[in-house]
Amino acid sequence: MTLDVEGGIVSSAADIDRDLLTDIYTRMYLIRIVNERVVGEVKAGRLKGAAYPVRGLEAVCAAIGVCTRDDDQLVSTYRNMGDALAKGADLRRAVAEMYGRASGVSKGKGGAMHLHDPSVGFVTSTGIVGAGLPIAVGLGLAAQLDGDDRVVVTTFGDGSTSIGAFHEALNLAALWQLPVVFVCQNNQWGEHTPIAGYTANTDLTGRAAAYGLRAVSTDGFDTIAAYRTMRDAVETTRSGGGPVFVEARTYRLSGHSAASDYSYMPRDEFAAAEQRDPVPGFRRWLVESGGVEVGMVEGLEHAVDARVEAAFEEASKAAPPAPEERYTDVFADEGMVRGL
Amino acid sequence: MTTYASDTTSAATTQRTFVQAVNASLDHALARDPKVILLGEDISDPSGGGPFKATKGLSSKYGEDRVRNTPIAEQAIIGSAIGAALAGYRPVAEIMFMDFIGVAMDQIVNHAAKLRFMSGGATPVPLTIRTMIGQQRFGAQHTQSLEAWFMHIPGIKVVMPSTPSDAKGLLTSCILDEDPCLFIENVNLMYAQKQEVSDHDYSIPLGKADVKRSGDDVTIVTYGAAVHTVLSAATTLQEVHQISAEVVDLRTLVPLDLETVLESVGRTRRVVVVHEATTFCGPGAEIATRISEEMFSDLLAPVLRVGAAYAPAPYAASELPFLPVPDDVVEKVRSLF
Repeated sequence: MTLDVEGGIVSSAADIDRDLLTDIYTRMYLIRIVNERVVGEVKAGRLKGAAYPVRGLEAVCAAIGVCTRDDDQLVSTYRNMGDALAKGADLRRAVAEMYGRASGVSKGKGGAMHLHDPSVGFVTSTGIVGAGLPIAVGLGLAAQLDGDDRVVVTTFGDGSTSIGAFHEALNLAALWQLPVVFVCQNNQWGEHTPIAGYTANTDLTGRAAAYGLRAVSTDGFDTIAAYRTMRDAVETTRSGGGPVFVEARTYRLSGHSAASDYSYMPRDEFAAAEQRDPVPGFRRWLVESGGVEVGMVEGLEHAVDARVEAAFEEASKAAPPAPEERYTDVFADEGMVRGL
Repeated sequence: MTTYASDTTSAATTQRTFVQAVNASLDHALARDPKVILLGEDISDPSGGGPFKATKGLSSKYGEDRVRNTPIAEQAIIGSAIGAALAGYRPVAEIMFMDFIGVAMDQIVNHAAKLRFMSGGATPVPLTIRTMIGQQRFGAQHTQSLEAWFMHIPGIKVVMPSTPSDAKGLLTSCILDEDPCLFIENVNLMYAQKQEVSDHDYSIPLGKADVKRSGDDVTIVTYGAAVHTVLSAATTLQEVHQISAEVVDLRTLVPLDLETVLESVGRTRRVVVVHEATTFCGPGAEIATRISEEMFSDLLAPVLRVGAAYAPAPYAASELPFLPVPDDVVEKVRSLF
């Protein structure tokens, strides 16, 4: 429809429903606002926990959200905020969990790195790079054994492609033709090391294809392209086409963690990527070329702002877990812990 | 053998080796619950029914979808078993030798053991991992008793049976359990001993020690293959030295049945802990400490330990002894008197 490279949109969207486009934007905006809020709270010392920013991933996350059903399952990483919110995780319980509150989705025992929400198929998030892939393979095995058409999506950063679990998981998923979509959120950085600094072959899509599964790449800053790629991947997998690997190329528009310095990231490279920041880019496109009135966009944003404000307000005042929670959920039977 | 605790309520029994008892438990589990699946290297019949034949006949009976051969990929075996468990299955994953478990340690320690807690109870992992301790002739990378590693990680149960009958009932409990269980077998037990084992689908509760021999003068706390070393030593102690030893087989290390241990030590007032793990920082360190903490004033002698030498397992077993033998136990017990 339009070629606005600066704004990030290079794909046509003539065939995509307006409601879906605004749904994608609403999810992206929610992720953006929560991310900003979390980073601010960590830096202000009010949110005392490790949290990992997702700025730059909003389009990829939103694409996963709108392309999956509630019974489709998701395994994420410690950089899970975008995945969680896009999949429809309960905002209030997620924010409360980040504050370590009893009302959090894990009663304050998991924290920001381990968000989940079973009601929308968000199964788990791991703090160990690459470890989610084999677990997603197992969820895919269960779906296949159940004879169900649900799909499992697992997200991970480019850094995960260096670890053995990545290799073992892709090999097994391809061997067993499991319904798993592997979404590599390539933000070009493995913690503080750029991709070219940790691998000789930066063609991650090619690497995945070598395992004998379908592998595609997309521009993760192009919201429409990210959506189309994700939709095709999920549909392929759901219809029995086996696992698909999606490399969504983005850029980490923040430091590694909410609190960390990022002076090591080349300033010009960062600035160039920021020009393609997907959230303002897609907003501009929606209004200028997508046929969505600015008043409507603002209305959606105000509604999100209010929800986010309420969630943070509530979480910041919520009660911490009770001391007796320390030994619950170690085992099903709390008595098993006695004496240990 | 002396006595063993039995839930063996059925009159029908069959002479079974340890490996046949394990096979029978898996067979019952697959028959009982369609959500039970087996994952491991070479476990299906076309690949030989498992390196130790523990799964022989099961893929033919239940299909290769449920008794699945995997690549040589321990992270994927355990990781996919965790994923299947999160989706309502009850996987039994096999790690061929315990030494290989290091490859899958992240999945076991950071995921299987923690996912229930980290989610506030929302994502339990009802997973059983079966693994095998090898013999010294396999060398240093196929012989280690690494149970202490897992005892140190909250959230996973550790089970080490010593007899065919215990193996069958305890493995059944592991598969029925709502939490991850590590079930540790031993090559030296797999074919050595036959025992009448109930044909019934029975379970033995986790966390219940079993007094394998009653005695009055000293308590010997042990588990796994070392139980047989200790029973042999107990016979010598009685016949040659007139020392009556009580042999407590813990059967499970987590949960730990300290109650049975303390009850026994309360009567004998002398105790030795024996295992095939390295003595230094082995399970005996914890058990001995707990006994000392609880019963210091009752003890007539310090709590002593017998375990494997602080060295990798040497290949030349007869020239370079590594595991405890009955004479080591006899000598240690006699030093208490």
